[in-house]
Amino acid sequence: MEHRKELKVSAIKNGTVIDHIPATVLFKVLTVLELHKIDTQITFGSNFDSKKLGKKGIIKISEKYPDTNDINKISIIAPEAHINIIKNYKVVEKAKVDTPQNIEKIIKCFNPKCITNNENVSTKFKVLKKDGEIALKCNYCEKITEQENFVIVK
Amino acid sequence: MKNRNLISISDYTKDEYLKILEIAEEFEKKPVQNILEGKVIASLFFEPSTRTRLSFESAINKLGGKIIGFTDSGSTSVQKGESLKDTIKTVAQYSDLIIMRHPIEGSARYASEVSEVPIVNAGDGANQHPTQCLLDLYSIKKTQGTLENLNVFLVGDLKYGRTVHSLIQAMSNFNPIFNFISPKQLKMPNEYKMFLEEKGIKYFEHEEFTDIISEADIVYVTRVQRERFSDPIEYEKVKNAYVLKNSMLENTKPNMKILHPLPRVNEISEDVDDNKKAYYFIQALNGVYTRQAIISLILGLKN
Repeated sequence: MEHRKELKVSAIKNGTVIDHIPATVLFKVLTVLELHKIDTQITFGSNFDSKKLGKKGIIKISEKYPDTNDINKISIIAPEAHINIIKNYKVVEKAKVDTPQNIEKIIKCFNPKCITNNENVSTKFKVLKKDGEIALKCNYCEKITEQENFVIVK
Repeated sequence: MKNRNLISISDYTKDEYLKILEIAEEFEKKPVQNILEGKVIASLFFEPSTRTRLSFESAINKLGGKIIGFTDSGSTSVQKGESLKDTIKTVAQYSDLIIMRHPIEGSARYASEVSEVPIVNAGDGANQHPTQCLLDLYSIKKTQGTLENLNVFLVGDLKYGRTVHSLIQAMSNFNPIFNFISPKQLKMPNEYKMFLEEKGIKYFEHEEFTDIISEADIVYVTRVQRERFSDPIEYEKVKNAYVLKNSMLENTKPNMKILHPLPRVNEISEDVDDNKKAYYFIQALNGVYTRQAIISLILGLKN
């Protein structure tokens, strides 16, 4: 019997593929990377079966390559994601998702009494890692925002 | 410490705490020194305070400095919608150092980023109040002769009380044993217990006063606040369970002292006030010396 591996999201010639995104955060990744501002082709899919994640999402972006800031953003929201750089239909590079020690402006502080939620002040956090989970300690109010409370700064 | 900010107790090291306490001791011996002549200190209280503000003002007056500022933001441009950044940047033009209290958490850290002069945090909401912590350390050292190896009891609201959280962080440098006494709704949060475990510091949790108070060197009492309880019946149940009475002090150690950041409501019964172990009013006086030390170190007038 013929075994067909069907591509659920069509291949791209040149660009970036972000795979193994937990389905629950796919749209957060799309937002944080500001993909709505991009003029090249973007295809994405969600709720694919994944042995590791249960349900996963994938994003393919033609002709665009992530910078360090983009990779930092992905690493905070989807630390398990794989980022592949595609040239002429082949993976030429796997960008390493390294969680940064500090992040700025990406996530909101969950504390409503924090200065960043009360005045025009950008958020700044120290990244805390524990048992594979990421939490963010606010530079200002010193409260810890857990992953489940991550909200993207608009 | 010249030109440093003091925002959070964790900004400073053990050696720096000890330096501040050493200079505070000098001021206790000679409280009136004219070293702030020609200096202008801004005192910005965006929310009301009695003890902290008056003790800073007393400290500055004893050092011959001048104070500008406000005691509540109602009569200022803040009412017109001025941002904190603009207020701080403006006041920094008029002063050598800014002392600020503000209800928003993290406001002092932010002010330190935009100000050209040093900021001393006199309380930012429920977050930090480092000068209170330093005066607590001063009071402990003065009454015990040392900060090392003490058995410290923390009583009352351990969940929301910022003074007890800062005290844990600061005292963790001096190999203490902690005993926590609180209603279960107001227990010490896990993050602080984990902090102690990581540092290998022993702590014990209790839901009521027990005989082990006889082991205490320091009993630090805080107010159980009505507004912390969603159910008023729960508050009524616990409010009287944490009242320290004179009769409970009988078997305590002779060196034991009772501290309280004040204001007190009913958690220390007034019959304790005349006991030699009651230290909270002198603790308030120590705030003046400690704040004299902090201001003069930051302005580079002592080193």
